[in-house]
Amino acid sequence: MLAFILRRIANAAVVMLTVALIAFIIFRFIGDPVEMMLNEQATQMQRDALRERLGLNSSAVMQFAKFVTNAVQGDFGISYRNQQDVFTLIMERFPATLELVLVATILSLALGIPFGVITAIHRNSMLAQGLQFLSIVGISLPSFALGILLILVFSVQLGLLPGFGRGEVVDLGFWETGLLTTSGLKALILPSITLALFQITLVMRLVRAEMLETLRTDFIKFARARGLPNRIVHFRHALRNCLMPVITVTGMQIGNLIAFALITETVFQWPGMGLLFIQAVTFVDIPVMAAYLVIVSFIFVALNTVVDMLYVVIDPRLRTQSTAGGGHGA
Amino acid sequence: MNSLNRMLTATAAILILSTAATSVSAQTLKWGAARDIDSVDPYAFGSTFTLAFLNHVYEGLVRYDENLKIQPALAESWAIVQPTVWRFKLRKGVKFQNGNDFTADDVIASLKRISHDTSPLKGNLPAYKNATKIDDHTVDLELNSAYPLLLNDLTNVFIFDKEWLVANNSELPTDVAKGVEGYATHNANGTGPFKLESRRADAKTVLVVNPNWWDKPKHNLTRIEFTPIASAPTRVAALISGDIGFTESAPLQDLQRLQSAPDVKVRLSTELRTVFFALNFKDKLVESDVKDKNPLRDKRVRQALYQGLAMDQMQKRALRGLSRNTGAMIAPVIPGYTPDMDERLPFDADKAKKLLADAGYPNGFSLSLVCSTDSYVNEEEICQSAAAMWARIGVKANLNSGPRSIQNPKRVKGEFDITTLGWANEPMIDAYSILVQVMHSKTGSAGVFNWGNWGNARIDELTDRSANELDPEKRIPMMSEALKIARDDIMFLPLHQQPMAWATRADVSDVVQLSDNKPRHWLTRMK
Repeated sequence: MLAFILRRIANAAVVMLTVALIAFIIFRFIGDPVEMMLNEQATQMQRDALRERLGLNSSAVMQFAKFVTNAVQGDFGISYRNQQDVFTLIMERFPATLELVLVATILSLALGIPFGVITAIHRNSMLAQGLQFLSIVGISLPSFALGILLILVFSVQLGLLPGFGRGEVVDLGFWETGLLTTSGLKALILPSITLALFQITLVMRLVRAEMLETLRTDFIKFARARGLPNRIVHFRHALRNCLMPVITVTGMQIGNLIAFALITETVFQWPGMGLLFIQAVTFVDIPVMAAYLVIVSFIFVALNTVVDMLYVVIDPRLRTQSTAGGGHGA
Repeated sequence: MNSLNRMLTATAAILILSTAATSVSAQTLKWGAARDIDSVDPYAFGSTFTLAFLNHVYEGLVRYDENLKIQPALAESWAIVQPTVWRFKLRKGVKFQNGNDFTADDVIASLKRISHDTSPLKGNLPAYKNATKIDDHTVDLELNSAYPLLLNDLTNVFIFDKEWLVANNSELPTDVAKGVEGYATHNANGTGPFKLESRRADAKTVLVVNPNWWDKPKHNLTRIEFTPIASAPTRVAALISGDIGFTESAPLQDLQRLQSAPDVKVRLSTELRTVFFALNFKDKLVESDVKDKNPLRDKRVRQALYQGLAMDQMQKRALRGLSRNTGAMIAPVIPGYTPDMDERLPFDADKAKKLLADAGYPNGFSLSLVCSTDSYVNEEEICQSAAAMWARIGVKANLNSGPRSIQNPKRVKGEFDITTLGWANEPMIDAYSILVQVMHSKTGSAGVFNWGNWGNARIDELTDRSANELDPEKRIPMMSEALKIARDDIMFLPLHQQPMAWATRADVSDVVQLSDNKPRHWLTRMK
């Protein structure tokens, strides 16, 4: 187990380094931060001097090396635009993104699983047909369009929910949460639905397919033969056997949601990491972009590792395999 | 006549909708902006918008009044004692928000800070050499040379409290290359009408009224809650639902919706910024079927491109009729402008074709048109419509469009044949800005934006002379003459002053909207 964890940590380091290197090569092509940092009145000399001081004249590899040397000492530098410590800047935004992602994930499970079951067992009912249709809408509707639609209905027309921001937050010292205030919870509703819609349909379709499969298996027939009520057969026997892939996919999707929450965050002015990243791109804020990419790649690797480790814990067959054959690649 | 005209235009730019005085009560202005401020340190990032916001907290020695004329602020009066030395008498009894007195030491510390080598705003005070304290409320500013625009520059040099800077180890500006955060990035202590109460980047920045402000407040606000809402449709929705009461950026495509919404008032005007096309004057075009020479160096070709632009159509289609078409390179309020500059050469496609034929291009030619999507109002639409109009006279402009951060390096390197450029002449609000930064040949520190190698010896000479001429009666005609040379030679293709659209809820009764597009909420009143 220890060897497995060490190997995964080494893996993670390689992934993060690669991401950073690619990032620095790409930064050459996304523009010149100096043009954004100085205003119209700055002279050419001032522009050149700033470029030199920021080390932008050195090669991508040199910049990358400097970044890594500083980063391993825990120093990501300060933002070109805000002059704030980049690590603090990103960590301040992390709670906002994570809360949004977790609520969206809970929503997707709480709605996706029952919808999946319903569409599987009442395949031809109006309700199932309707849900199936909605799931196609959910998969094909881009999240910014959905977000604007929700704002227009619930914020402008009905005036029920706020259309932007995070509401009041409570500072717990290490974590700023919006989950403890009414306005914070209200502010979460529209963005989390926007972010969750795709997930809901994904879970629903997954559960439906798994259920249809499971319902055909022998042990379900036996269960029915024993005279168990439908409810017990569907939820106790069939559904339980469907959940493993759902948990796996959900776990992996959390990483995706964190990385791709940026559209939802932009539409709702949700002060999370995605919004920070989008602005960093606009202003060519290289320290923020580099640190963000490294941190997000770390989150991806960490989630993958946790999921893999859970497999090992749950499934004894993998355990023998990993000690014998060196695990399986991510 | 000249100055009368300017004054009228400036006055017209001010929109004061109702002057009914209201009783003083707790008034919170909810400001939804298109972008967040970069920092609360005014010397941190070259952003006009951030400076405009921070002007609510910090002030300069002088400020612009409602006609964009210089007016005393922290300095009560000033005099030129020698051509290169200005003496400022400072206002007495002014206190910083932390209770400290405002004195000459504060002015000197602030000037040192902004003109330090690592300050991104050093260029805003180009002539500064040294400052000396005469007594607690008198300070001498020494300049590199006789320089007429010192006051204009000083409107944007905000004054810090020296003791506060020293106590917090922030006497120097934050140096991004060093990677260490500064105290002034998170804290503010000015003399202005409002105090910083709290700031959460990208979420909310709150200002509260400063009861000890030295000036008599014209506003009746007690609190400003500033929220950036980057997404335009969300911002529009927030205004319609009443979640915000003011925005300095009402999206043009949503104006009709906003105008038809009850309780929302759209406030339209045009900016100082003049948008124009800049041309490649080098030996060859960057991307063209004419390989051996540069057709744009022929004045007939430039005139053909000019007269091929149907500006009325562009204004109607690309800018929803909201821009102000112009033949001048600067807005009317800017010193150096004369009304005859405003006259455009008329749109005439036949004449344009004939000019091209005379120049030896009866079948036209192709070139590259480099535009960005986010530098100027509806820039992409402007470029598309220009390309379509030029196609009709036979010039095929290959449009290369992208975000500003990517397009600007191409412009700087001169990788364009035609490109968009807009110049507001801020912060100095004087034609010297465009003359020295854009039109001047690339020599010394001048001509930073001379991307296409244009230039004219006489323009350079007039610009350099106007830089050291203290008498406005002589200086302004020099600048007008330089602008006229560029105009007669068709060095640039001027288009328009771009529109600005603010919007307020009905309870925001008075808002002063000047053509520099800066909100000044110390003049805002609410019902």
